[in-house]
Amino acid sequence: MKYIDDTLVMKRMSKRLLYNKIWKFLFFLATTFALITLAVLLYRIVTQGAGYLTADFLTNFASRFPAKAGIKAALIGSLWLMAVVAPVSIILGVGTAIYLEEYAKKNKLNDFIRMNISNLAGVPSIVFGLLGLTIFVRTFGFGKSVLAAGLTMSLLILPVIIVAAQEAIRAVPNEQREASYGMGATKWQTIVRVVLPAAIPGILTGSILALSRAIGETAPLVVIGIPVILQFLPTSVFSEFTALPMQIYDWAKRPQEEFQYVAAAGIIVLMAVLIFMNSIAVFIRNKFQKRY
Amino acid sequence: MSLHKPSDPSVQQMIADTQGKGMKRLIEKLMPILLFTAATLSVLTTFAIVFTLIFETFEFFQRVSITDYLFGTEWLPFSSKEPMFGILPLIVGTLKVTFIAIIVAVPLGIASAVYLSEYASDNARRVIKPILEVLAGVPTIVYGFFALTFVTPVLQQLIPSLKVFNALSPGIVVGIMILPMITSLSEDAMSSVPQSMREGALGLGSTKLEVSLKVVLPAALSGITASVVLAVSRAIGETMIVSLAAGSTPKFDFGVTDSVQTMTAYIVQVATGDAGYGTTIYYSIYAVGFTLFIFTLVMNLLAHYISKRFREEY
Amino acid sequence: MVIAKEAPVKETIVTRDNVIAPVQKNIVYETRGLDLWYGEHHGLKNINLDIYENEVTAIIGPSGCGKSTYLKTLNRMVELVPIVRTSGEILYRERNILSKDYAVEELRTHVGMVFQKPNPFPKSIYDNIAYGPRIHGIKNKKILDEIVEKSLRGAAIWDEVKDRLNQNAYGLSGGQQQRICIARCLAIEPDVILMDEPTSALDPISTLKVEELVQELKEKYSIVIVTHNMQQAARISNRTAFFLNGEVIEYDETDNIFQNPSDQRTEDYISGRFG
Repeated sequence: MKYIDDTLVMKRMSKRLLYNKIWKFLFFLATTFALITLAVLLYRIVTQGAGYLTADFLTNFASRFPAKAGIKAALIGSLWLMAVVAPVSIILGVGTAIYLEEYAKKNKLNDFIRMNISNLAGVPSIVFGLLGLTIFVRTFGFGKSVLAAGLTMSLLILPVIIVAAQEAIRAVPNEQREASYGMGATKWQTIVRVVLPAAIPGILTGSILALSRAIGETAPLVVIGIPVILQFLPTSVFSEFTALPMQIYDWAKRPQEEFQYVAAAGIIVLMAVLIFMNSIAVFIRNKFQKRY
Repeated sequence: MSLHKPSDPSVQQMIADTQGKGMKRLIEKLMPILLFTAATLSVLTTFAIVFTLIFETFEFFQRVSITDYLFGTEWLPFSSKEPMFGILPLIVGTLKVTFIAIIVAVPLGIASAVYLSEYASDNARRVIKPILEVLAGVPTIVYGFFALTFVTPVLQQLIPSLKVFNALSPGIVVGIMILPMITSLSEDAMSSVPQSMREGALGLGSTKLEVSLKVVLPAALSGITASVVLAVSRAIGETMIVSLAAGSTPKFDFGVTDSVQTMTAYIVQVATGDAGYGTTIYYSIYAVGFTLFIFTLVMNLLAHYISKRFREEY
Repeated sequence: MVIAKEAPVKETIVTRDNVIAPVQKNIVYETRGLDLWYGEHHGLKNINLDIYENEVTAIIGPSGCGKSTYLKTLNRMVELVPIVRTSGEILYRERNILSKDYAVEELRTHVGMVFQKPNPFPKSIYDNIAYGPRIHGIKNKKILDEIVEKSLRGAAIWDEVKDRLNQNAYGLSGGQQQRICIARCLAIEPDVILMDEPTSALDPISTLKVEELVQELKEKYSIVIVTHNMQQAARISNRTAFFLNGEVIEYDETDNIFQNPSDQRTEDYISGRFG
């Protein structure tokens, strides 16, 4: 006896095929939503900000008057910030990754460290701001300086760099390590001369992407309370400073409509910096892909 | 060319000479310790966060009763007569924005993940995935600006009663912000469903839609759920979008067209204001920050638990 | 289902006593001049092959000879590889399945497939079997119950699993999983069953069970089985096709292929000189 009626199956078939087509289109539509949003966002910002994006804008300090407002202090300040964040976060991040991948034995302590890193990655950036305010600004007395903000940002992106570096180190084939040990090299020699050189493109790519996140991050800077209208440039890591996203936030908040355009011009500069950093990361990734 | 003179040391001899030198041994011993120290720093950071928050929150609860804080429905910290510190309005504000974000991001994110993992050609994937990465890399301050200067005005055309500051517009934009995260994590979960599973279903005459909905989605459910929980956590902690576009009016209601205040936006309001060090308002940002931290921590642990506990064995 | 009204071929079967007995057999699949390319690689070259009703047709050959590819062309599973191109035609019950307007979903409801590695869905045993009937719109619990029981009995695994139909199919052994997959395939009441090295991942005892099952199933279904195991082909099949480098070298009744091959390469292969 047959349970499946062929005529019914064939009748349903066209309906099923139609559903498949309709849903495929809907799924595609959902995917394009993200793409369209990005296009609209970029278009809006470029059309709003392009008019204010002049040479003066890049070389002027901040001002109460929209026409005179410039981004010099913020741009230079962001570079100072990176000068602290990059070495601190990369050294700590890569060091942690080496420890976890090459030295750490499977025990409770190391499991806890791993678990802790993944949880730290989920802590909201504003909470890091509270940490920075309490520890670096007040307890250590660094004030609202490049150093205080830089250390806070370093801790914020540390988990991202650790994970990226771990993946890069893990991707180095074990045979390479064995070849080095086979010639009597010590563990540290193997790490420095074999593992790290092979892992460096991956580490760099991950680090640049993490740094570009730090450049755009605003909330911790707001909580630390770094100033916005600054008429001077930082001279050392202990100087007060301002940064791109902070400056944009200040402009965007202002009620005068002109400042909206100034903010958009600031966003263009910020996005240009980000795109530049991302292209370097993509370039490194493509150049060194698939070497084994 | 002359061969080695007898006095030349052999390579083995040179190696033997360097062996056992103090410096080299010291490095071998020292490096693991240094690296371990770096690794403990992340643990130290967590402890520092937790202790800072607990310590300052404790100070806050010397001044405000813990039950008033947890169950109070009025948040009026700046009132000169009688300041009120009931956290519920801030939590409701946060949840409103988060809820709108999830309504936007979950259907779109999962649908995009299905498209990318089950329907898209390799070429389409090669184009779309980098764009999603770019979208994920847009700083939240830019999204905040977008919400304030574009999404709100557009929504006001549709809903005339919508205020300049409201929960709807930042909610939608937070949804856009977490969309790439849900898409890429869900797509990872779906792509890791073995191809043999799809072949089995296709071999029975399933359409791609049936394969996606009846085989792949159920098999990837834990990964997809974990991605949504992580996205919720991200939405709860999002700061700049709500600071710019949601306003600063703590409200204990369920409207989305009026100005609201989230936990994060309150911290920003105090930090950019001039509340002096040591005032109750100053300590209140730690209490709010601690509450926020607990919310996100629970979400992150939940996501971790889901993806571990329900990992399918194929 | 489209059933050929009349597609008989006359053929002669040489029995042991050399008595010639004419038999009429219906053709299920008729392959005419099939070529297939993976990008630049010419994977199948001018294949011409008839597959008969209620028989077990075995396809043997060294790895990379195109035997699996050919099997997967019979239900168009090869299309999952985007770079595949085909030309020629395969008539299934007199309709060309390679034509654009033949929906693969329709083809695959008539032609079931059992894969190399058991691939049950991560669902209960019951839901695995009921998957096919459900997508065809059968919702009635009683009918589904009957289909599940009938299919599991058909795959000779009912007695082993009848008390745990709601458990995940992944709790079963490899051999049991493979018979669940066969039952899942039977549940859509197919006309043809394609088997792609169904026992290569199984232990000898499970292999024996699946082989016995194939013998029973050919009473009702036409079976095409790809195998790398020549003894298996000899044990269970009525006809055997020997593939080499994408070509059919020899296609004949199994007894002839193994006892009296007409091509030297076939003889070399079955005597183990290569492969």
